[in-house]
Amino acid sequence: MPTQLLPLTKALRADIIRMIAAAGSGHPGGSLSVIDILTVLYDKHLRHDPQRPDRPQRDRLILSKGHACPALYAVMAQRGFFPKEELMTLRKLGSRLQGHPERHRLPGIEAATGSLGQGLSIGLGMALAARLDQTGQRVYVVAGDGEMQEGQVWEALMAAAKFKLDNLTVIVDHNNGQIDGHVDEVMPIDPLAEKLKSFGWETRTIDGHDLDAIDAALSAAKAVKDKPQAIVAKTVKGKGVSFMEDNVAWHGKAPNREETEKALKEILNG
Amino acid sequence: MGKATREAFGEALVELADKFPGLVVLDSDLSKSTMTVEFAKRHPERHFEFGIAESNMIAAAAGLALMGKIPVCTSFACFLVGRLETIRVAVTLNRANVKLVGTHAGLGIGDDGASQMGLEDVAAMRSLPGMTILQPGDAAEARQAVEWMLQHQGPVYLRLTRQKLDDVHGPDYRFACGRLDVVWQPQPQPAHFQATVLASGGTVGEAVAAAKGLQPKGFAVRVVNAGTLAPFDADSLEDFVKDSERLVTVEDHNIAGGLGSAACEAATALGAGRPVVRLGVRETGESGTPAELYERHGLSAPHIMEACIRNLE
Repeated sequence: MPTQLLPLTKALRADIIRMIAAAGSGHPGGSLSVIDILTVLYDKHLRHDPQRPDRPQRDRLILSKGHACPALYAVMAQRGFFPKEELMTLRKLGSRLQGHPERHRLPGIEAATGSLGQGLSIGLGMALAARLDQTGQRVYVVAGDGEMQEGQVWEALMAAAKFKLDNLTVIVDHNNGQIDGHVDEVMPIDPLAEKLKSFGWETRTIDGHDLDAIDAALSAAKAVKDKPQAIVAKTVKGKGVSFMEDNVAWHGKAPNREETEKALKEILNG
Repeated sequence: MGKATREAFGEALVELADKFPGLVVLDSDLSKSTMTVEFAKRHPERHFEFGIAESNMIAAAAGLALMGKIPVCTSFACFLVGRLETIRVAVTLNRANVKLVGTHAGLGIGDDGASQMGLEDVAAMRSLPGMTILQPGDAAEARQAVEWMLQHQGPVYLRLTRQKLDDVHGPDYRFACGRLDVVWQPQPQPAHFQATVLASGGTVGEAVAAAKGLQPKGFAVRVVNAGTLAPFDADSLEDFVKDSERLVTVEDHNIAGGLGSAACEAATALGAGRPVVRLGVRETGESGTPAELYERHGLSAPHIMEACIRNLE
């Protein structure tokens, strides 16, 4: 049962806080909101081999909201893509763990992201290639909700439906936070699920911190034929750290020593 | 008059489809203009129509490339470079093996006017690490450049003309990426030239006409085809600088950032001390015939002749 992953998600949340604190900069809010999604994806759904990250038959995962890469790095280290100590090199000169992920630096990263709005397009290109070669591979794109404000996302949503890419799943981390404020104030994207449905996507809305719900939605997505699938994951930005929760000030700020201790205590004792 | 380089490109895709099984073609509602329509007809499973959505097409091409395909993305030059941010991250930062083909380069498109003219594309693409930029000067070169592009591992920008071009290469022409090649000079070859003209794409024929026109007046002018704009062939430029009093560049592109800039950068680095006269577009473009526009914006043979011998007569 995915709920067994709960202790793991706590440990990964702690890794996120530690690495951002060590870096002195980074994006805790969106990393903490997306970590449960990434944990279930890697543990239950994404076919991958940390020992052979370039294995051609692997599924592909693109973290389109590239600023949340501390969450991705934490999961990758836990899966064994690289030694856990390397997490503390985040954002440092010469590190493979760049401030936003880059595929040519770190094996296991499938695409450079960080310029929001591009990940779904890259994922749909990968899904087209997988279908052309009839490999049975799946492509997962994890997008932010603020990112849905980018026009290119809607170009990709149209195209994936046109091409009937049933091997493509997008999970939107709907935490309602972005740099300048709440998404529904900065530029509303809701009703997001209805929009995605109207664009031809098989769409589900779930609690993005309910590990069983995430698992069930990903399983259901795999069964869909002839349509791409969207999962709108309702999440809390900064989830797991009381003073960061739903506080957009923590979109892109590192905790100081005192805040780090407080955050770690809450996560590990919570 | 020969073919437009876009026509040669379209034919080459069809011809090379079997040789490159990974080749896939992506369009954004301009396949009849970019000449990919015949490939699409013959290989519908390898052709993807993205509609009027170039950013998505380019990033999807990056995704296809990261899975081992050889995606060729086409649109007008201006519409591709307009998505520079997508090209910068999805293509070059990913080192994705994407081939961007921008047709309708420059003033040479004629009466469609300024908004349809790619006049800034070379400048933008030159600033992207790892991007090879090709601009063939005639159909034969275009055909060979396409084949080179498909076997090359790495992003390429291929800039093509809407208008038909005179053939400038002989039957023995062999394309070599990164080489400035002499397409015309007086015979027998003089020891000394008043000017070496560097031209590319739509301006090569004009440059040849200019050099031929100056020969009876006693001026020795060599015409060099800059079929590769990046990486730029500084070694050959060094040879031309040694025996020429000046360099003249002529390009159907904005005066900033293109062939003229590349030549100046290379010549300056050589410490050659030779003047470089740059001819290029300084305004935003407008409607007219290609010939009228080349004349009005200073790219026609008479303008090139003047640039070659200014202050020498």
